[in-house]
Amino acid sequence: MSDLNALAAETPTRPPAAPSGKSRSLAADAWHDLRRSKIFWAALAIIVVVLLMAIWPSLFTSADPHDCVLSRQHKGASGGAIFGYDFQGCDVYAKTVYGARYSIVVGVFSVLIAGVIGLTVGLSAGYFGGWLDALLSRFVDVMLGVPFLLGAIVLGKRLSADPGNSNGVLAVTLTLGILGWTTAARVLRSSVITAKNQDYVAAARMLGAGSGRLIFRHILPNAMAPYIVVLTILLGINIASEATLSFLGVGLKGDAVSWGISISEATGYVRVAPGPLIWPSVFLAATVLAFIMLGDAVRDAFDPKLR
Amino acid sequence: MSDVSDLVLETRGLVKHFPITQGIVFRTKVGAVRAVDGVDIQLRRGETLGVVGESGCGKSTLAKLLIGLEQPTSGEVLVRGENIARLSGQGLRRARRNIQMVLQDPYTSLNPRMTVGDIIGEPFAIHPDAVPRAGRARAVQELLDLVGLNPDHVNRYPHQFSGGQRQRIGIARALALRPEIIVCDEPVSALDVSIQAQVINLLERLQRELGLSYIFIAHDLSVVRHISDRVAVMYLGKIVESGYHMAIYEQPTHPYTQALLSAVPVPDPRLRGRRDHIVLEGDVPSPADPPSGCRFRTRCWKAQPYCADHEPLLQIRQRSPHPSACHYAEIRDVIHRY
Amino acid sequence: MTGVTDIKAQIDALPGLDPRAPLLHVEDLHVEFRTRDGVAKAVNGAGFHLSAGETLALLGESGCGKSVTAQAVMGILDTPPAHITGGRVLYRGVDLLRLAEEDRRKVRANRIAMIFQDALSALNPVYSVGFQLAELFRKQRGLSRKDAKQRAIESLDQVRIPAARQRIDDYPHQFSGGMRQRVMIAMALALDPEVLIADEPTTALDVTVQAQIMGLLAELQHQRTMGLILITHDMGVVADVADRISVMYAGKVVEEAPVYDIYAHPAHPYTQALLASIPRLDLKGQQLNVIRGLPPALTDIPSGCAFHPRCGYAREICRQEQPPAYRIAPHRESRCHFIREVLGV
Repeated sequence: MSDLNALAAETPTRPPAAPSGKSRSLAADAWHDLRRSKIFWAALAIIVVVLLMAIWPSLFTSADPHDCVLSRQHKGASGGAIFGYDFQGCDVYAKTVYGARYSIVVGVFSVLIAGVIGLTVGLSAGYFGGWLDALLSRFVDVMLGVPFLLGAIVLGKRLSADPGNSNGVLAVTLTLGILGWTTAARVLRSSVITAKNQDYVAAARMLGAGSGRLIFRHILPNAMAPYIVVLTILLGINIASEATLSFLGVGLKGDAVSWGISISEATGYVRVAPGPLIWPSVFLAATVLAFIMLGDAVRDAFDPKLR
Repeated sequence: MSDVSDLVLETRGLVKHFPITQGIVFRTKVGAVRAVDGVDIQLRRGETLGVVGESGCGKSTLAKLLIGLEQPTSGEVLVRGENIARLSGQGLRRARRNIQMVLQDPYTSLNPRMTVGDIIGEPFAIHPDAVPRAGRARAVQELLDLVGLNPDHVNRYPHQFSGGQRQRIGIARALALRPEIIVCDEPVSALDVSIQAQVINLLERLQRELGLSYIFIAHDLSVVRHISDRVAVMYLGKIVESGYHMAIYEQPTHPYTQALLSAVPVPDPRLRGRRDHIVLEGDVPSPADPPSGCRFRTRCWKAQPYCADHEPLLQIRQRSPHPSACHYAEIRDVIHRY
Repeated sequence: MTGVTDIKAQIDALPGLDPRAPLLHVEDLHVEFRTRDGVAKAVNGAGFHLSAGETLALLGESGCGKSVTAQAVMGILDTPPAHITGGRVLYRGVDLLRLAEEDRRKVRANRIAMIFQDALSALNPVYSVGFQLAELFRKQRGLSRKDAKQRAIESLDQVRIPAARQRIDDYPHQFSGGMRQRVMIAMALALDPEVLIADEPTTALDVTVQAQIMGLLAELQHQRTMGLILITHDMGVVADVADRISVMYAGKVVEEAPVYDIYAHPAHPYTQALLASIPRLDLKGQQLNVIRGLPPALTDIPSGCAFHPRCGYAREICRQEQPPAYRIAPHRESRCHFIREVLGV
């Protein structure tokens, strides 16, 4: 079946050299598709803005989120405080901008932790199979059986009892990382198994390739795409989960500023002043949505079946 | 005729049973799929042995056994006299340089994320002593040229090639280590008719130029006849008849071979209604539970009670000048006009 | 509940229906697929006709448009991305492409039926075979449950499935490949269609099973004087069963001829090259002809005659002008500027 992008005129004698050396890798093809996707650009824009907020909050506001004056409690928008003031008199806009940092940091690092654990477990289970797979899969099943909130609360409390943990960032990050790797591991395991059964892996084995080459040259590159997508989705979920944990009091503490904390504090006063609740929620939802959309677009672009 | 030192590949009593197990934690064996059940073949230098049979006959498993992707339950696979079934690690890696395989599906046999140059060059990376690093790029280009592809396309990816071209890449990969033996497992089945001719011609040319020996496994009997010198017919894990192509195709003696050949359509309408037409009843028995004695007896029109009790051996018989596994073997022409 | 006579009457009452007109006549059909990579012209003016009791083979390699043509006739193309941009599909004089969907559906099961290559995906895996068959009789013929089941058993008998009465409750995956194909044939023939379109019905089967199925089709066709359209790339199967052959390339019928003529004296370079490239069971040592180049991408079909880049007889005119269908003899047509050369006269 001739591919729509197939080269012309293959003849038994050598054909003339191709005019443009267009050797398009799968990545290049994917990029070509991504470039045309509006969803991709929208998601990327949101993420870039949020990242900037996290790294240079002063770019967005000159106010200080800790500058809270009770007399301004629940005042409406005025001056630079375009979102108004919360129940403590803090600038909601400033808090939202500064809150991006911890939310992103927790999100990214917890996903890194989950990603590494998930990779190790999923790859071992999928590649070696047999009793190792049975053992690891049952372990994953047990972990999945632990209710997330319960596990997060227990783990969170235990980890935040650690003296080296001042504002709870490390505890929350570890908690989310430890509880989040299971789904990713399952996804990786099944794509490793699929890749392992492909003909090109058999071909490499026939040539005499050892496990190392098979894993790193053949199986992983072809199994990673769905894994990366799952991780981007997990990123969005973890940012939201940090908010939940902070809301429950097991997340960040002290004078740390995050969207979760803002939301948690503002809930009690929502009837009086909805602003302090709505704005951080909007930012949170937009960020999570952006990561999920990014994951979707990347998955579709890298899918060779959609070519 | 040809002396024994000319033998590049031989199997003796090759058997592969896949156990059927029950239970999740403690698996007990309740039976076995007898995929290959005692196969002896010989392949000489420069010749092509065709292996034909329908689904379930075991030819794919045989291919995997020959190439070392599966370990035999018993029996030997001798590549130039060395039993590769006994080898592992370094020894196996070294032996693999002499026998390679071309796979069936050109769309899944090449890693979509590797360039064509990397794919063909991988054998050199795995066996660094085959070609020195400095000469590898040249070697890859020569291989591309050898199979009729443009050497300037080394940096392209598989999805930029057509099915026939991908199959050529697979052939180039198989040739990289200069093996003597190539096992072709349905190499043209997934290709369009006109492209099949290209690849078949290529395989023949390579055989002439490089002195290769082929095991050609396929279900298309016309293609097998075209390329093979000798042919073996398989049914339920055993060879039921073998011989030179002329003998098998024009003077088949085993009922299964006769039925098989009579079912193959010939692109000549003048033969319509003028050929011997044998229609087999029923389905192929399960390889997990083959019939006693002669395995073909449940579908054979010649079957006698004797066939159930005595398994016929593959041997020359009174009415069969070439080896045939039937007690009542007899020549019957099923492909020509009568 | 509508009975047999009702549906039959309804179809017969369709405006324009002429019982003496040819069973099926496809004229100048054009189908394109609009994809993000461009417009793929899958069918470019294909046409053929079929009479009762005849077997027509639509022969060609992948991408030639034979399956798409059949699906257009059946009315089962996914629109979008497929769009029928021209032509007529005349069933006894009625243009199916212009019918309302409801009428189309009536014709589809009751007059024209189709079987596919893969029975496993054509049959619903969660219902038993008997249920699927009986449902046809219940819905389309208004039979009672009991009668429908009886008819289902008879259908399985007709396609020679042993122990039909017991197997009626089995699920598709419990049948072997060949048996499943028979079940699919039974379902297609249940409502006594006049035309059966078989799209690569035996490609995925072993050769002995293939022979059984082709024999069954021939027998059933003979019994019912049905028209059979066989879509395939296998020139051996065609030689065994077809009365006439239409060879397709890049969405067009490039040659049409009775079966004996086309094998003996092909009148189109593509047909000729194709015949010369297949190995034969009864020959050894012939050089296999190679058609150089590749089939064209459907988004970029060559100008003039689509086959010219690969044709040994091609000249300048082939690049500029699409050859019309020249009539060489009654029932023989070929789209080539140099038919005489191809025939060697």
